[in-house]
Amino acid sequence: MIRAKKKKQTVVDWIEYRLPIFSFIKHLGEYRTPKNLNYLWNFGSIAGIALVIQIVTGLFLAMHYSPNADTAFGSVESIMRNVNYGWLLRYLHAVGASMFFVAVYIHIARGLYYGSYKSPRELVWFFGLLIFILMMATAFMGYVLPWGQMSFWGATVITNLFSAVPLVGEKIVEFLWGGFSVGDPTLNRFFVLHYLLPFIIVAIVIIHITALHVHGSNNPTGVEVKSKKDTIPFHPYYTVKDFFGLGVYLIVFAYFVFYQPNYLGHPDNYIESNPMVTPEHIVPEWYFLPFYAILRAIPSKLGGVIAMFSAILVLFFLPWLDLSKTRSGNYRPIFKILFWIFILNVISLGYIGANPPEGIYIWLGRIATFYYFFHFFVIIPGLGKYEKTLEIPHSISGKL
Amino acid sequence: MRIILGVLAIFWVISSSASVTTPAKPKDQINWPFQGIFGHFDKQSIQRGYQVYKEVCQVCHSLKYLHYRDLEQVGFSADEVKAIAASYQVNDGPNDEGQMFERPGRPSDLFVSPYPNEQAARAANNGAYPHDLSLMIKARKDGANYVYSLLTGYTNAPEGFQISDGLYYNPYFPGRQIAMPTPLTAGQVEYQDGTENSVEQMSQDLVNFLQWAAEPEMEARKILGLKVLLYLLVFTILFYLVKKKIWRDLK
Amino acid sequence: MVAKDKSKFKQKVTRRDFLVLSATAMAGVGAAVCAWPFIDSMNPAKDVLALSSVEVDLTPIEEGQTLKVLWRGKPVFIRHRTAKEISEAESADWQDLRDPQQDSERVKPEHKQWLVMIGVCTHLGCIPIDVKTGGWFCPCHGSHYDASGRVTKGPAPLNLIVPEYKFISDTKIKIG
Repeated sequence: MIRAKKKKQTVVDWIEYRLPIFSFIKHLGEYRTPKNLNYLWNFGSIAGIALVIQIVTGLFLAMHYSPNADTAFGSVESIMRNVNYGWLLRYLHAVGASMFFVAVYIHIARGLYYGSYKSPRELVWFFGLLIFILMMATAFMGYVLPWGQMSFWGATVITNLFSAVPLVGEKIVEFLWGGFSVGDPTLNRFFVLHYLLPFIIVAIVIIHITALHVHGSNNPTGVEVKSKKDTIPFHPYYTVKDFFGLGVYLIVFAYFVFYQPNYLGHPDNYIESNPMVTPEHIVPEWYFLPFYAILRAIPSKLGGVIAMFSAILVLFFLPWLDLSKTRSGNYRPIFKILFWIFILNVISLGYIGANPPEGIYIWLGRIATFYYFFHFFVIIPGLGKYEKTLEIPHSISGKL
Repeated sequence: MRIILGVLAIFWVISSSASVTTPAKPKDQINWPFQGIFGHFDKQSIQRGYQVYKEVCQVCHSLKYLHYRDLEQVGFSADEVKAIAASYQVNDGPNDEGQMFERPGRPSDLFVSPYPNEQAARAANNGAYPHDLSLMIKARKDGANYVYSLLTGYTNAPEGFQISDGLYYNPYFPGRQIAMPTPLTAGQVEYQDGTENSVEQMSQDLVNFLQWAAEPEMEARKILGLKVLLYLLVFTILFYLVKKKIWRDLK
Repeated sequence: MVAKDKSKFKQKVTRRDFLVLSATAMAGVGAAVCAWPFIDSMNPAKDVLALSSVEVDLTPIEEGQTLKVLWRGKPVFIRHRTAKEISEAESADWQDLRDPQQDSERVKPEHKQWLVMIGVCTHLGCIPIDVKTGGWFCPCHGSHYDASGRVTKGPAPLNLIVPEYKFISDTKIKIG
C-alpha cells in the first residue's frame, strides 16, 4: 500500500522537476484575491470561456466550410442540413460571438466604473483594449464568411472606408480586396485571417492576465489590498463563484442558441450575396452599432473614419484623462450619475446605428457622438479636478 | 429620469414615419405549430404544403438546398421518396462520349430547379427573379407571417395608387408592388387527405412546408434545448448552493 | 454538550461534501456530453451517407463486357462473364492461389455470370486493366488477376475485393 503511494508521487515529482505544472496550478489556486469582489468580476473568466467556445466551434466548422465565393454560402447550408450537429456548431458559433461581446462589454464597463484602468493597471487596460480591437477585426471578418448579402455589403462598406485615406486610399482598398471590389480573393484572405487572429488573442489574453497578477485585481472599494486579511485564496471561493456565474451565462446562451438563434442576426444574410443588388439597409451586427453611428455622424468620409477610430483610441488615454484621486465609482457620487448617462449614451448610439441615417436620426447621432467625446475629454478630467468625493475606506476589511 | 424618458418617447414618436409605399406589418393571426419552446412540425400540413409547392410554385421557384431524401423526414416513405425523385429529370454527365445527359432523379439528388440559372429565370419572368425558397422564411423579418400575409394579401390597389406595368398590388411587399401575380386561388390544389383547399389553408400549409424547408433541424433543436436548459438549471443551482455554503464560512 | 456539537459539525461537513461532489460530477458529465456533437460532426455527413449505395441496371451490359461505376469514390468492375470465363474460373486450382478462394464465394448463386469487384489493385491501389482473353492485369507492378478476380501472379497480396451488394431484381443490383 505504502509502496504504491510512493511510486505515484514519483511520477508527479518527475514531471514537476522538468515542468512545474502542478505547483503552478496549486499557486493559481492559492493566489490571494480581494475578498469583496462582486459578480461584475465574473466576466473576465466568462470572456475567457467564450473565447474557447469560439475557437473550438470554429475549428470544427472549418472542417466543412468552403472559403470560395461560389461555394461558401452553400457550404454553410450544407453544414446546417447535412453535417451531424452542424446546425448546433453553426448556431453556437454565431450566437457565441454575440455572447462574447456581451461579456466583454460588461467587463469593460466594470473597468470604467471602478477605475480599474488607473495606475498601476494601465497595461492590463491596454492589453485588454488590444484584445477588444482584435475581437472586432475577427468578428468583422467572420461575418463575411457565410457570403450572404450583409456579409458582402458590410465588407464592401467597411473596406471602402480606407479610401478616405488621402493620396493612397484607393490603392489601400484594392490591396485589401485583392481586386477591384470585394470578391473571391477577399473572402479567402478573410478566412485565413479569421482563423489566425483568435490565436493571437489567446496570446494577448495570457499577457493581460500576467500583467493583472503583478498587482492583483482591483476591487469595488478601489482601495488596494493592504494585508492578507483583505484577501482570500482564489480556490475554492472564486473558482466556485465563477462556475456559478458561468452557469447563468450558459443559460442565457443556450436560450438563444436553441430557441432564438437568429434573433441577434439579420435576415438579409440568408440571401446569397449579389453584387448587383444592395440591401435596403446595410447594418452591421449589434456590437458594432455604436461605432457605426459615430462613423455616420460626421458628414465627411475621412472625418467619420477618424471619429470612429478615435472613439476606441480615446480609451487608451483614460488613465491620464481621469485625474481623480478616488478610484472607485462607489465613492464618486457625481461620476456615478454621469457614468450611467454615458452608458445610456452608448446604448442610444447603438439604437441610432440600427436606423437609417435619415431625419431625426441624423441629429440624434450627432448629439450622441458629440456627447461621447465630451464625456471623455471634458467630463472625466473635469470631475477629476472638481468632484467632491466621499471618504474612501481605510482598507477592504475595515470600513473607515 | 422621467424627463429623459419623456424626451426619448417624443423622439421615438417623431421618428416613426409611414408612407404609401411602406409595406404593411405582416398579419400575426396564425398560431404556427413551430412557434415557441415546444415548437414541432405538423407533418400532415407539411406534406400538403409540399403538394402546393409541387403543383403551383415549382414552375418558377427553385428549392435548391433540399434533397429529395429530406422528404422522408416529414412522413413520406422511402418508396414514395424514390418515386417523387424519379418523376424529375436530373442533369448528369459527362458520359463516356463526353455528353451531358438527363436521367431520372434519385433520393440523393438535390431538388431540380425550374431554370438553369438566375439569368434564365429573369428572362422568362420579365426581368423579375422568382427567388429560391429554401431559406425564404429565414430571409425575411417575421418570415412565416410575412409569407402568409403576402400569399393571402393580394387586393385591389387603393384609389390613386399608380401600379406599374406587369406588377400587382400587394400591401405586404416592399413598395407594395410585386411582380408575382396572385399565385393561389381557392380550390386550386386537390388535397389527397380531403382537407379544405381555401387560399388561407393552402397558404398555411405552404408556410409550414417552407418553414421546415428552411429549418429542418428545428424540432430536434428545440427538444435538445429543453434538455440542455434543464441540465444547466440543475448545474447552476448546484453551484449556487456550493457557493453559498463555502462563502458562508468566511463570515 | 460537546458530543452534541461534534455530531452537528460532522453533519455539516457531509452535506457540503455531497453538494461539492454533485456539482463537480455535473460539471464533468456536462463536459463529457458536450464532446459528442463535436466528434459526431466529423463522421460522414448525411449527403455523403446518401451516396454510400448505388443501384446499377445490368441490362445494357453485354456478355464479355465490363461496366465501370463509381461507388464511394472508387471504381467498381461489373463484368458480364462469358460461359468460357465461368468454366475457367470454376475449374481453376484455387487452393494453390496466394489468396485461396472458390469462384462460388465471389459471386451470387443463380447469378454466376455477374462478377462485381472493387477495381483497385490490392497491392498499392492502381486500377487494373481488362485483359481480352479474360481476367485483369495491373500495369503498375505487374499483378495478374484471373477470370474470377483472384490474384495469380505479381505482388498483390489479396484477390480483388468483392463489395457488399445484392440483387434487387434479376437485372438490377444495389452496391453498398
